[in-house]
Amino acid sequence: MSGTRIQVDGRTVYVGNGSGLPRPDAESVVFVHGAGMDHTVWALPSRYFARQGLRVAAVDLPGHGRSEGPPFDRVGDMAAWLGQVLDGLAIPTAAVVGHSMGSLVAYRFASTMPDRCRALALLGTSAPMPVTHPLLSAAKDNHHAAIDMANTWSHSTGTLGANANPGVWMLAVGERLLERSAPGVFHADLTACNTFVVDGDAVIGCPVLVIAGNDDMMTPARAGLGVAQSLPEARVVRLEGCGHAMLNERPNEVLDALISVVAA
Amino acid sequence: MADDEHRGPRPTGFDTLALHAGQKPDTATGARATPIYQSASFVFPDSDFAVGLFNIERAGHVYSRLSNPTNAVLEERISALEHGVAAIAVASGQAAMHLAVSTICSAGDHVVASRSLYGGTHNLLQYTLPRFGIETTFVDPRSPGAFGAAIRDNTRLVFGEILGNPGLEVLDVPAVAKVAHDADLPLLVDATFATPYLCKPIDLGADLVFHSATKFLSGHGIVIGGVVIDGGTFDWEASGKFPTLTEPYEGFHDLVFAEEFGPQAFIVRARREGLRDFGACMSPTTAFHVLQGLETLPIRMEKHVANTREVAAFLDQHESVTSVSYPELPSHPDHDLSARLLPRGAGAVFSFDIKGGRDAGRTFIENLSIFSHLANVGDAKSLVIHPASTTHHRMDAEALAAAGIGEGLVRLSIGLEDPRDLIGDLSRALRRAARTPG
Repeated sequence: MSGTRIQVDGRTVYVGNGSGLPRPDAESVVFVHGAGMDHTVWALPSRYFARQGLRVAAVDLPGHGRSEGPPFDRVGDMAAWLGQVLDGLAIPTAAVVGHSMGSLVAYRFASTMPDRCRALALLGTSAPMPVTHPLLSAAKDNHHAAIDMANTWSHSTGTLGANANPGVWMLAVGERLLERSAPGVFHADLTACNTFVVDGDAVIGCPVLVIAGNDDMMTPARAGLGVAQSLPEARVVRLEGCGHAMLNERPNEVLDALISVVAA
Repeated sequence: MADDEHRGPRPTGFDTLALHAGQKPDTATGARATPIYQSASFVFPDSDFAVGLFNIERAGHVYSRLSNPTNAVLEERISALEHGVAAIAVASGQAAMHLAVSTICSAGDHVVASRSLYGGTHNLLQYTLPRFGIETTFVDPRSPGAFGAAIRDNTRLVFGEILGNPGLEVLDVPAVAKVAHDADLPLLVDATFATPYLCKPIDLGADLVFHSATKFLSGHGIVIGGVVIDGGTFDWEASGKFPTLTEPYEGFHDLVFAEEFGPQAFIVRARREGLRDFGACMSPTTAFHVLQGLETLPIRMEKHVANTREVAAFLDQHESVTSVSYPELPSHPDHDLSARLLPRGAGAVFSFDIKGGRDAGRTFIENLSIFSHLANVGDAKSLVIHPASTTHHRMDAEALAAAGIGEGLVRLSIGLEDPRDLIGDLSRALRRAARTPG
């Protein structure tokens, strides 16, 4: 079942649905991908929640995947845009799930539009989310070293794999997705991460789940725990031996954790 | 910062990947070697998890025709070595070729292929696939322009062998890939003769790769197997020519593979349709043997190539030999291209023409003692075949010439023996052949 294309500010936005049937009245779950990625990182959980009868909206952020650019370079702009997308889809409230940069978008969406967020899941998160100068600099020059840095540091156990998904070499999957980004997109994303500032007055009252990989080199687990400690309704799931690319490395454990908050 | 100052992390070396990629010590037993999971099926934790596996919501195994834990290690390892996103292990190299073609081609489609192909592949394309509505035009592998000229509106695939058969034509992968991509088509490469140790076609521009794992990957002549690798590089949606990947598939609840799986679209469809329906899966025991072979692939290929260089140089100077076709020799038309695309070596299979024609070839073969006369390549042991007196014995001289095969052509697959012994064996047999009444 093909995803949905809508117009936001005159630009095409693609929203994946996990092959779900049109369910305008169903509870919704929204997925927001990380820097340089697209909705395909959510393929497995999207298909799960669609089969469970939820309305799935796995967005491609502007300039990513099948959505027209240009990309935003501020998390706040992405969160406001997400609100417009949900307006366009006639989704009043949703469980919002974000990974890495997407977790910041989800966090900001939940803090600025709390009445639209019934649950929040933050995967591989950190607030703030500083980005190293070599990575930013290489991304600014659209140099492949940026892809190599982000991709290598996103996976645990060096680069030796042993994937739960039969036959999949995770490193190349991440590399290909980043290579598909148009010039400037990855740098815009990293800039958005690097400039994200926590709103000290933000109140997030919905249930929150933080999923942290104990071997995450991009957003160390302690940073995720820090985010959780700042949110009164937060629960933490820690994944032993898991890196930042947890949707690749531990798809079943991530889905089990998501079920506990999205389907609750 | 200047562009050339950017430095990414050093990638894991090929030799390390050949030993470790895709496997950790077994969590249940601590076994360091990859266990052989000789099980047809795998128990579901619960009904919902079972549905999740069938519906591609969960990672795991259902039934060994679709996937198996031992095979999965092999698939991940060969993906890592070829720099692809994923792979599928299948029953043979022929099954790998069939899976690749059938995943993207349907009745009414057309393939442009090199005319220098393994006989089995040629049979599939020339005789069998036309019965199912898929036609092939064969072109000169040394002419990228010929590939382009043969492309039609209904062409869906461009195909060649990295080292052609039997002339060892080197496929100019970057040039042919450009021709294919300019026509919004993917390039499939059979890299059996090179292995990823000598050449990674995906890094050169190919989109799909397959191997007969029977040959150098397993390396000991003990199993039949194949692997097909998806580079994840081809944009099926932008091409607009591949409805099996970009339109809803009724056979999987209207799944649109390219939309939901992005760079893994081809390999997911291949597993969920081709492996499911055609069923040419690899045995887990075979996968174990291929994994054992991969662990020593780098050192074996170094030795294969070193031995081949010595043997080819010997034959090139021998008075009973009219010509040697090995791309590393200056006399080979693709010598420079080989140096560029295959800098570690042009493999360990080559052919030469013996003086005296068909009878001399037969005498030569029958007087070898270390070389084994059989129909295979890529064994640790050295192998030989004389097409005019075996596989092509029904063809007369004219028909052989049309196929690019001389009556005295002999194909060697150089193994890992002491090269002095191989040269001694060849030398003795050549002397006997020279005495053959002609």
